[in-house]
Amino acid sequence: MGAYFKEIFTGFWSLLVGMSITIREMTKPVVTEQYPYEASVMTSRFRGHIELVPNEEGGNKCIVCGMCMRSCPSACITVEGEKREGIKGKALTRYRLDFTRCSLCGMCVESCRPGAIRFSKDYNLAGTKKAAYIFDLLKRLEEQNK
Amino acid sequence: MDSELIRVIAFLVGIIAFAALNAAYLVWLERKGAAHIQRRIGPKEVGPFGLLQPMVDGIKLMTKQILIPDGVDPVLFRLAPILAMVPAIMSFVTIPFSETLVARNINVGLLMIFAFASVNVLALLLGGWASNNKYAVISAARAVSQNIAYEIPMLITVITMVMITGTLNLNEIVAQQPNISQWYIFRFSASPLMPVAFLIFFICSLAETNRAPFDLGEAESELVAGFHTEYSSMGFGLFFMGEYANIVIGCSLAVVLFLGGWQDPFGLYPGVWWFLLKLYLLIFTVIWIRWTFPRTQFYGLLNLSWKILIPVSMFNLLLTAGFLKVF
Repeated sequence: MGAYFKEIFTGFWSLLVGMSITIREMTKPVVTEQYPYEASVMTSRFRGHIELVPNEEGGNKCIVCGMCMRSCPSACITVEGEKREGIKGKALTRYRLDFTRCSLCGMCVESCRPGAIRFSKDYNLAGTKKAAYIFDLLKRLEEQNK
Repeated sequence: MDSELIRVIAFLVGIIAFAALNAAYLVWLERKGAAHIQRRIGPKEVGPFGLLQPMVDGIKLMTKQILIPDGVDPVLFRLAPILAMVPAIMSFVTIPFSETLVARNINVGLLMIFAFASVNVLALLLGGWASNNKYAVISAARAVSQNIAYEIPMLITVITMVMITGTLNLNEIVAQQPNISQWYIFRFSASPLMPVAFLIFFICSLAETNRAPFDLGEAESELVAGFHTEYSSMGFGLFFMGEYANIVIGCSLAVVLFLGGWQDPFGLYPGVWWFLLKLYLLIFTVIWIRWTFPRTQFYGLLNLSWKILIPVSMFNLLLTAGFLKVF
Protein backbone atom coordinates (compact mmCIF):
# COMPACT_ATOMS: atom_id res chain seq x y z
CA MET A 1 0.00 0.00 0.00
CA GLY A 2 2.85 2.35 0.85
CA ALA A 3 4.59 1.53 -2.40
CA TYR A 4 1.37 2.36 -4.30
CA PHE A 5 1.21 5.89 -2.90
CA LYS A 6 4.96 6.35 -3.21
CA GLU A 7 4.74 5.47 -6.90
CA ILE A 8 1.92 7.98 -7.43
CA PHE A 9 3.81 10.79 -5.71
CA THR A 10 7.21 10.12 -7.29
CA GLY A 11 5.54 9.71 -10.69
CA PHE A 12 3.60 12.95 -10.31
CA TRP A 13 6.70 14.75 -9.08
CA SER A 14 8.68 13.58 -12.12
CA LEU A 15 5.92 14.97 -14.39
CA LEU A 16 6.20 18.35 -12.65
CA VAL A 17 9.99 18.30 -13.06
CA GLY A 18 9.56 17.62 -16.77
CA MET A 19 7.10 20.47 -17.16
CA SER A 20 9.40 22.88 -15.29
CA ILE A 21 12.20 21.98 -17.70
CA THR A 22 10.13 22.67 -20.81
CA ILE A 23 8.80 25.99 -19.50
CA ARG A 24 12.36 27.11 -18.72
CA GLU A 25 13.50 26.10 -22.20
CA MET A 26 10.61 28.11 -23.63
CA THR A 27 11.93 31.36 -22.11
CA LYS A 28 15.42 30.88 -23.55
CA PRO A 29 16.39 32.37 -26.93
CA VAL A 30 15.86 30.31 -30.07
CA VAL A 31 18.84 28.39 -31.41
CA THR A 32 17.72 27.70 -34.96
CA GLU A 33 19.20 29.54 -37.91
CA GLN A 34 16.82 31.32 -40.30
CA TYR A 35 18.64 29.88 -43.32
CA PRO A 36 17.67 31.89 -46.40
CA TYR A 37 17.87 35.11 -44.35
CA GLU A 38 21.09 34.31 -42.52
CA ALA A 39 23.86 32.06 -43.81
CA SER A 40 25.87 30.00 -41.41
CA VAL A 41 29.65 30.41 -40.99
CA MET A 42 31.35 27.18 -42.03
CA THR A 43 33.82 25.61 -39.66
CA SER A 44 37.53 25.94 -40.42
CA ARG A 45 37.84 22.29 -41.45
CA PHE A 46 34.80 22.27 -43.76
CA ARG A 47 35.67 20.83 -47.19
CA GLY A 48 33.95 22.51 -50.12
CA HIS A 49 35.35 22.10 -53.63
CA ILE A 50 38.90 23.40 -54.02
CA GLU A 51 39.67 27.01 -54.95
CA LEU A 52 42.78 29.01 -55.81
CA VAL A 53 44.38 31.00 -53.01
CA PRO A 54 44.78 34.67 -53.98
CA ASN A 55 48.20 36.27 -53.46
CA GLU A 56 48.77 39.89 -52.33
CA GLU A 57 48.06 41.35 -55.77
CA GLY A 58 44.91 39.28 -56.21
CA GLY A 59 46.58 36.88 -58.62
CA ASN A 60 47.22 33.18 -58.02
CA LYS A 61 50.22 31.38 -56.51
CA CYS A 62 50.15 28.47 -58.98
CA ILE A 63 53.43 27.50 -60.67
CA VAL A 64 51.76 24.95 -63.01
CA CYS A 65 53.86 22.07 -61.69
CA GLY A 66 50.93 19.70 -62.26
CA MET A 67 51.30 17.88 -58.92
CA CYS A 68 47.61 18.32 -58.12
CA MET A 69 46.67 16.91 -61.50
CA ARG A 70 48.87 13.87 -61.00
CA SER A 71 47.90 13.25 -57.35
CA CYS A 72 44.15 13.34 -58.03
CA PRO A 73 42.83 9.76 -57.84
CA SER A 74 39.72 10.63 -59.85
CA ALA A 75 41.50 12.78 -62.41
CA CYS A 76 39.19 15.73 -61.96
CA ILE A 77 41.84 18.42 -62.31
CA THR A 78 43.26 19.79 -65.57
CA VAL A 79 45.91 22.51 -65.30
CA GLU A 80 47.20 24.45 -68.29
CA GLY A 81 49.93 27.08 -68.32
CA GLU A 82 52.20 29.03 -70.65
CA LYS A 83 55.59 30.65 -70.55
CA ARG A 84 55.46 34.42 -70.14
CA GLU A 85 58.05 37.20 -70.24
CA GLY A 86 59.36 38.27 -66.83
CA ILE A 87 57.86 35.35 -64.93
CA LYS A 88 59.93 32.54 -63.58
CA GLY A 89 58.36 29.17 -64.45
CA LYS A 90 54.94 29.00 -66.06
CA ALA A 91 51.82 31.16 -65.64
CA LEU A 92 48.43 29.56 -65.12
CA THR A 93 45.98 29.95 -68.02
CA ARG A 94 43.26 27.51 -67.09
CA TYR A 95 42.41 25.48 -63.97
CA ARG A 96 39.54 23.11 -64.72
CA LEU A 97 37.89 21.18 -61.86
CA ASP A 98 35.33 18.46 -62.61
CA PHE A 99 33.46 18.52 -59.29
CA THR A 100 31.09 15.73 -60.39
CA ARG A 101 33.87 13.20 -59.83
CA CYS A 102 35.68 14.84 -56.90
CA SER A 103 35.52 12.96 -53.60
CA LEU A 104 37.06 15.79 -51.56
CA CYS A 105 39.97 13.57 -50.50
CA GLY A 106 42.34 16.55 -50.35
CA MET A 107 45.33 14.92 -52.03
CA CYS A 108 45.67 17.94 -54.34
CA VAL A 109 45.71 20.40 -51.45
CA GLU A 110 48.31 18.28 -49.63
CA SER A 111 50.53 17.90 -52.67
CA CYS A 112 50.56 21.59 -53.63
CA ARG A 113 53.98 22.92 -52.61
CA PRO A 114 53.38 26.66 -53.13
CA GLY A 115 50.05 26.42 -51.24
CA ALA A 116 48.07 27.67 -54.22
CA ILE A 117 44.88 25.69 -53.58
CA ARG A 118 42.66 25.22 -50.56
CA PHE A 119 39.18 24.01 -49.73
CA SER A 120 36.50 26.63 -50.28
CA LYS A 121 33.59 27.20 -47.89
CA ASP A 122 31.10 27.04 -50.73
CA TYR A 123 28.11 24.89 -49.68
CA ASN A 124 25.34 26.50 -51.72
CA LEU A 125 25.73 24.39 -54.85
CA ALA A 126 22.72 23.51 -56.96
CA GLY A 127 22.31 22.92 -60.68
CA THR A 128 20.31 21.07 -63.29
CA LYS A 129 23.15 20.22 -65.69
CA LYS A 130 26.43 18.39 -65.28
CA ALA A 131 28.23 21.37 -66.79
CA ALA A 132 27.25 23.44 -63.75
CA TYR A 133 29.77 21.46 -61.72
CA ILE A 134 32.71 21.80 -64.06
CA PHE A 135 34.45 24.90 -62.76
CA ASP A 136 37.21 27.05 -64.17
CA LEU A 137 38.86 28.06 -60.92
CA LEU A 138 40.98 30.79 -62.52
CA LYS A 139 37.86 32.54 -63.82
CA ARG A 140 36.23 32.06 -60.41
CA LEU A 141 39.19 33.77 -58.74
CA GLU A 142 39.05 36.65 -61.22
CA GLU A 143 35.33 37.07 -60.59
CA GLN A 144 35.93 37.11 -56.83
CA ASN A 145 38.53 39.85 -57.29
CA LYS A 146 36.06 42.10 -59.12
CA MET B 1 -38.42 40.58 -35.90
CA ASP B 2 -38.87 39.62 -32.30
CA SER B 3 -35.89 39.91 -30.00
CA GLU B 4 -35.77 36.21 -29.13
CA LEU B 5 -35.08 35.28 -32.77
CA ILE B 6 -32.34 37.91 -33.02
CA ARG B 7 -30.84 36.56 -29.81
CA VAL B 8 -30.80 33.01 -31.17
CA ILE B 9 -29.18 34.08 -34.45
CA ALA B 10 -26.61 36.26 -32.69
CA PHE B 11 -25.58 33.43 -30.38
CA LEU B 12 -25.54 30.91 -33.21
CA VAL B 13 -23.21 33.06 -35.31
CA GLY B 14 -21.15 34.04 -32.27
CA ILE B 15 -20.66 30.48 -31.05
CA ILE B 16 -19.73 29.12 -34.48
CA ALA B 17 -17.31 32.01 -35.01
CA PHE B 18 -15.83 31.50 -31.54
CA ALA B 19 -15.38 27.76 -32.10
CA ALA B 20 -13.90 28.16 -35.59
CA LEU B 21 -11.56 31.01 -34.65
CA ASN B 22 -10.42 29.10 -31.57
CA ALA B 23 -9.75 26.01 -33.64
CA ALA B 24 -7.75 28.05 -36.16
CA TYR B 25 -5.74 30.10 -33.70
CA LEU B 26 -5.16 27.30 -31.21
CA VAL B 27 -3.35 25.50 -34.03
CA TRP B 28 -1.21 28.61 -34.40
CA LEU B 29 -0.67 28.78 -30.62
CA GLU B 30 0.15 25.07 -30.54
CA ARG B 31 2.73 25.41 -33.31
CA LYS B 32 4.26 28.50 -31.69
CA GLY B 33 4.27 26.88 -28.25
CA ALA B 34 5.83 23.70 -29.60
CA ALA B 35 8.43 25.71 -31.47
CA HIS B 36 9.52 27.80 -28.49
CA ILE B 37 9.59 24.79 -26.16
CA GLN B 38 11.96 23.22 -28.70
CA ARG B 39 13.74 26.60 -29.05
CA ARG B 40 12.59 27.22 -32.60
CA ILE B 41 10.52 30.13 -33.95
CA GLY B 42 7.59 28.30 -35.54
CA PRO B 43 5.31 29.84 -38.18
CA LYS B 44 6.71 33.23 -39.17
CA GLU B 45 6.39 33.65 -42.92
CA VAL B 46 2.67 34.34 -43.47
CA GLY B 47 1.81 37.68 -41.89
CA PRO B 48 3.44 39.17 -38.79
CA PHE B 49 4.46 36.36 -36.40
CA GLY B 50 2.80 33.93 -38.81
CA LEU B 51 -0.62 35.17 -37.69
CA LEU B 52 -2.21 34.61 -41.11
CA GLN B 53 -1.00 31.00 -41.22
CA PRO B 54 -4.30 29.50 -39.90
CA MET B 55 -6.25 31.42 -42.55
CA VAL B 56 -3.99 30.13 -45.30
CA ASP B 57 -4.20 26.59 -43.94
CA GLY B 58 -7.99 26.89 -43.84
CA ILE B 59 -8.16 28.06 -47.46
CA LYS B 60 -5.87 25.21 -48.46
CA LEU B 61 -8.06 22.63 -46.73
CA MET B 62 -11.25 24.05 -48.22
CA THR B 63 -9.94 24.07 -51.78
CA LYS B 64 -8.71 20.48 -51.70
CA GLN B 65 -10.73 17.61 -53.12
CA ILE B 66 -12.79 15.44 -50.78
CA LEU B 67 -11.66 11.95 -51.70
CA ILE B 68 -14.09 9.12 -50.94
CA PRO B 69 -12.11 5.88 -51.33
CA ASP B 70 -13.64 2.67 -52.68
CA GLY B 71 -15.12 0.32 -50.10
CA VAL B 72 -15.98 2.92 -47.46
CA ASP B 73 -19.44 3.15 -45.96
CA PRO B 74 -20.80 6.07 -48.02
CA VAL B 75 -23.17 7.51 -45.43
CA LEU B 76 -21.18 7.02 -42.25
CA PHE B 77 -17.95 8.15 -43.88
CA ARG B 78 -19.52 11.52 -44.68
CA LEU B 79 -21.42 11.70 -41.37
CA ALA B 80 -18.47 11.14 -39.01
CA PRO B 81 -16.66 14.50 -39.44
CA ILE B 82 -19.96 16.34 -38.93
CA LEU B 83 -20.61 14.30 -35.80
CA ALA B 84 -17.17 15.30 -34.53
CA MET B 85 -17.83 19.01 -34.93
CA VAL B 86 -21.54 19.50 -34.16
CA PRO B 87 -21.58 18.21 -30.53
CA ALA B 88 -18.58 20.38 -29.73
CA ILE B 89 -20.44 23.45 -30.97
CA MET B 90 -23.65 22.36 -29.22
CA SER B 91 -21.81 22.16 -25.90
CA PHE B 92 -20.97 25.86 -26.12
CA VAL B 93 -24.69 26.63 -25.71
CA THR B 94 -24.63 26.23 -21.93
CA ILE B 95 -21.11 27.50 -21.17
CA PRO B 96 -21.50 30.75 -19.16
CA PHE B 97 -18.93 33.18 -20.56
CA SER B 98 -20.16 35.80 -18.10
CA GLU B 99 -23.18 36.31 -15.87
CA THR B 100 -25.36 37.33 -18.83
CA LEU B 101 -23.36 36.03 -21.79
CA VAL B 102 -24.76 32.53 -22.05
CA ALA B 103 -26.80 31.25 -24.98
CA ARG B 104 -29.19 29.09 -22.93
CA ASN B 105 -29.00 29.07 -19.17
CA ILE B 106 -30.67 25.68 -18.73
CA ASN B 107 -30.89 23.83 -15.42
CA VAL B 108 -29.21 20.65 -16.67
CA GLY B 109 -26.30 22.38 -18.47
CA LEU B 110 -23.65 20.11 -17.00
CA LEU B 111 -25.58 17.01 -17.96
CA MET B 112 -26.13 18.33 -21.48
CA ILE B 113 -22.43 18.92 -22.04
CA PHE B 114 -21.58 15.37 -20.97
CA ALA B 115 -24.34 13.98 -23.16
CA PHE B 116 -22.91 15.76 -26.19
CA ALA B 117 -19.29 15.04 -25.26
CA SER B 118 -19.97 11.31 -25.47
CA VAL B 119 -21.19 11.74 -29.07
CA ASN B 120 -17.65 12.76 -29.96
CA VAL B 121 -16.47 9.20 -29.26
CA LEU B 122 -19.17 7.93 -31.58
CA ALA B 123 -17.77 10.18 -34.32
CA LEU B 124 -14.30 8.69 -33.92
CA LEU B 125 -15.75 5.17 -33.90
CA LEU B 126 -17.86 5.78 -37.02
CA GLY B 127 -15.03 7.55 -38.83
CA GLY B 128 -12.63 4.71 -38.09
CA TRP B 129 -15.08 1.94 -38.90
CA ALA B 130 -16.50 3.51 -42.07
CA SER B 131 -13.01 4.10 -43.48
CA ASN B 132 -12.48 0.40 -44.24
CA ASN B 133 -8.87 0.75 -43.21
CA LYS B 134 -7.04 -1.40 -40.68
CA TYR B 135 -5.26 1.53 -39.02
CA ALA B 136 -8.50 3.47 -38.70
CA VAL B 137 -10.30 0.49 -37.11
CA ILE B 138 -7.52 -0.09 -34.58
CA SER B 139 -7.53 3.60 -33.79
CA ALA B 140 -11.30 3.67 -33.34
CA ALA B 141 -11.15 0.66 -30.98
CA ARG B 142 -8.45 2.37 -28.95
CA ALA B 143 -10.37 5.64 -28.79
CA VAL B 144 -13.49 3.88 -27.52
CA SER B 145 -11.80 1.82 -24.82
CA GLN B 146 -9.84 4.88 -23.74
CA ASN B 147 -12.95 7.01 -23.53
CA ILE B 148 -14.84 4.38 -21.55
CA ALA B 149 -11.94 4.13 -19.10
CA TYR B 150 -11.69 7.88 -18.59
CA GLU B 151 -15.40 8.72 -18.60
CA ILE B 152 -15.76 6.87 -15.26
CA PRO B 153 -13.35 8.89 -13.07
CA MET B 154 -14.49 12.08 -14.81
CA LEU B 155 -18.15 11.45 -14.08
CA ILE B 156 -17.40 10.36 -10.50
CA THR B 157 -15.58 13.66 -10.01
CA VAL B 158 -18.50 15.53 -11.54
CA ILE B 159 -20.93 13.68 -9.23
CA THR B 160 -18.75 14.82 -6.32
CA MET B 161 -19.01 18.39 -7.61
CA VAL B 162 -22.77 18.16 -8.03
CA MET B 163 -23.12 16.85 -4.47
CA ILE B 164 -21.29 19.96 -3.25
CA THR B 165 -22.92 22.52 -5.52
CA GLY B 166 -26.40 21.02 -5.40
CA THR B 167 -27.14 22.16 -8.96
CA LEU B 168 -26.41 21.24 -12.57
CA ASN B 169 -26.84 24.84 -13.71
CA LEU B 170 -23.40 26.10 -14.71
CA ASN B 171 -24.21 29.77 -14.04
CA GLU B 172 -25.31 28.98 -10.50
CA ILE B 173 -22.14 26.91 -9.94
CA VAL B 174 -20.06 29.95 -10.92
CA ALA B 175 -22.16 32.24 -8.75
CA GLN B 176 -21.27 30.07 -5.74
CA GLN B 177 -17.55 30.91 -6.16
CA PRO B 178 -17.32 34.73 -5.75
CA ASN B 179 -13.64 34.90 -4.74
CA ILE B 180 -10.51 32.81 -4.74
CA SER B 181 -10.99 31.25 -1.30
CA GLN B 182 -14.41 30.00 -2.39
CA TRP B 183 -13.30 28.54 -5.71
CA TYR B 184 -14.10 24.87 -5.62
CA ILE B 185 -10.48 23.89 -6.22
CA PHE B 186 -9.69 25.44 -2.77
CA ARG B 187 -13.00 24.58 -1.02
CA PHE B 188 -11.38 22.41 1.65
CA SER B 189 -14.48 22.54 3.83
CA ALA B 190 -16.24 20.35 1.27
CA SER B 191 -13.40 17.86 0.88
CA PRO B 192 -9.66 18.09 1.61
CA LEU B 193 -9.04 16.43 -1.75
CA MET B 194 -10.49 19.21 -3.96
CA PRO B 195 -7.17 20.02 -5.76
CA VAL B 196 -6.85 16.28 -6.45
CA ALA B 197 -10.38 16.27 -7.85
CA PHE B 198 -9.41 19.14 -10.16
CA LEU B 199 -6.33 17.21 -11.31
CA ILE B 200 -8.39 14.10 -11.99
CA PHE B 201 -10.91 16.14 -13.96
CA PHE B 202 -8.14 17.82 -15.96
CA ILE B 203 -6.31 14.55 -16.75
CA CYS B 204 -9.59 12.93 -17.78
CA SER B 205 -10.49 15.84 -20.04
CA LEU B 206 -7.08 15.46 -21.70
CA ALA B 207 -7.78 11.78 -22.28
CA GLU B 208 -11.37 12.41 -23.41
CA THR B 209 -10.21 14.85 -26.08
CA ASN B 210 -7.50 12.38 -27.21
CA ARG B 211 -4.72 14.83 -26.47
CA ALA B 212 -1.08 13.96 -25.88
CA PRO B 213 0.16 12.13 -23.86
CA PHE B 214 -3.07 10.13 -24.35
CA ASP B 215 -3.34 10.51 -28.15
CA LEU B 216 -3.14 6.78 -28.83
CA GLY B 217 -5.99 7.09 -31.29
CA GLU B 218 -3.79 8.95 -33.73
CA ALA B 219 -0.39 7.54 -32.77
CA GLU B 220 1.24 8.46 -36.07
CA SER B 221 4.24 6.18 -35.61
CA GLU B 222 1.95 3.13 -35.46
CA LEU B 223 -1.36 4.05 -37.08
CA VAL B 224 -0.43 6.59 -39.79
CA ALA B 225 -3.07 9.10 -38.69
CA GLY B 226 -5.55 6.89 -36.83
CA PHE B 227 -9.24 7.34 -37.47
CA HIS B 228 -8.76 10.18 -39.97
CA THR B 229 -6.26 8.32 -42.18
CA GLU B 230 -8.67 8.22 -45.14
CA TYR B 231 -10.02 11.73 -44.74
CA SER B 232 -8.85 14.60 -46.91
CA SER B 233 -9.81 18.23 -47.26
CA MET B 234 -12.46 19.54 -44.84
CA GLY B 235 -13.32 15.99 -43.72
CA PHE B 236 -9.98 16.03 -41.98
CA GLY B 237 -10.43 19.72 -41.22
CA LEU B 238 -13.65 19.08 -39.29
CA PHE B 239 -12.05 16.33 -37.21
CA PHE B 240 -9.22 18.72 -36.46
CA MET B 241 -11.53 21.62 -35.57
CA GLY B 242 -13.66 19.26 -33.48
CA GLU B 243 -10.60 18.23 -31.49
CA TYR B 244 -9.69 21.83 -30.69
CA ALA B 245 -13.29 22.79 -29.94
CA ASN B 246 -13.40 19.87 -27.50
CA ILE B 247 -10.26 21.12 -25.79
CA VAL B 248 -11.95 24.50 -25.36
CA ILE B 249 -15.06 22.79 -23.94
CA GLY B 250 -13.02 20.65 -21.53
CA CYS B 251 -11.02 23.62 -20.27
CA SER B 252 -14.17 25.78 -20.02
CA LEU B 253 -15.79 23.12 -17.84
CA ALA B 254 -12.70 22.94 -15.63
CA VAL B 255 -12.80 26.73 -15.29
CA VAL B 256 -16.51 26.76 -14.49
CA LEU B 257 -16.46 23.87 -12.02
CA PHE B 258 -13.22 24.57 -10.18
CA LEU B 259 -11.76 27.99 -11.00
CA GLY B 260 -14.71 30.30 -10.51
CA GLY B 261 -15.70 30.85 -14.15
CA TRP B 262 -16.20 34.55 -14.87
CA GLN B 263 -15.62 35.53 -11.24
CA ASP B 264 -12.67 37.73 -10.31
CA PRO B 265 -10.25 36.06 -7.79
CA PHE B 266 -10.69 39.06 -5.48
CA GLY B 267 -14.37 39.66 -6.15
CA LEU B 268 -13.80 43.05 -7.83
CA TYR B 269 -14.50 43.12 -11.57
CA PRO B 270 -16.13 39.84 -12.58
CA GLY B 271 -16.69 39.45 -16.29
CA VAL B 272 -16.00 37.61 -19.50
CA TRP B 273 -12.30 38.65 -19.49
CA TRP B 274 -11.65 36.61 -16.35
CA PHE B 275 -13.29 33.59 -17.93
CA LEU B 276 -11.17 33.93 -21.07
CA LEU B 277 -7.97 34.53 -19.08
CA LYS B 278 -8.46 31.36 -17.03
CA LEU B 279 -9.58 29.44 -20.11
CA TYR B 280 -6.50 30.31 -22.14
CA LEU B 281 -4.17 29.63 -19.21
CA LEU B 282 -5.61 26.13 -19.00
CA ILE B 283 -5.41 25.67 -22.77
CA PHE B 284 -1.79 26.75 -22.68
CA THR B 285 -1.20 24.12 -20.00
CA VAL B 286 -2.73 21.53 -22.33
CA ILE B 287 -0.32 22.54 -25.08
CA TRP B 288 2.57 22.66 -22.61
CA ILE B 289 1.76 19.10 -21.47
CA ARG B 290 1.60 17.88 -25.06
CA TRP B 291 5.08 19.10 -25.85
CA THR B 292 6.59 17.85 -22.59
CA PHE B 293 5.51 14.24 -22.31
CA PRO B 294 5.91 11.36 -24.74
CA ARG B 295 2.87 9.29 -25.70
CA THR B 296 1.94 6.63 -23.11
CA GLN B 297 1.61 2.99 -23.98
CA PHE B 298 -1.86 1.54 -24.03
CA TYR B 299 -1.61 -0.53 -20.87
CA GLY B 300 -0.07 2.47 -19.09
CA LEU B 301 -3.07 4.52 -20.10
CA LEU B 302 -5.60 1.97 -18.85
CA ASN B 303 -3.58 1.28 -15.67
CA LEU B 304 -3.60 4.99 -14.84
CA SER B 305 -7.36 5.09 -15.12
CA TRP B 306 -8.36 1.81 -13.46
CA LYS B 307 -5.65 1.62 -10.79
CA ILE B 308 -5.24 5.27 -9.78
CA LEU B 309 -7.87 7.70 -11.05
CA ILE B 310 -10.97 5.58 -10.40
CA PRO B 311 -10.01 4.48 -6.82
CA VAL B 312 -8.92 8.00 -5.89
CA SER B 313 -12.04 9.61 -7.30
CA MET B 314 -14.22 7.00 -5.56
CA PHE B 315 -12.44 7.72 -2.28
CA ASN B 316 -12.96 11.43 -2.83
CA LEU B 317 -16.68 10.81 -3.47
CA LEU B 318 -17.03 8.93 -0.16
CA LEU B 319 -14.96 11.52 1.70
CA THR B 320 -17.06 14.37 0.30
CA ALA B 321 -20.26 12.56 1.22
CA GLY B 322 -18.93 12.14 4.76
CA PHE B 323 -17.89 15.80 5.02
CA LEU B 324 -21.23 17.01 3.72
CA LYS B 325 -23.09 14.82 6.24
CA VAL B 326 -20.93 15.74 9.26
CA PHE B 327 -20.36 19.49 8.71
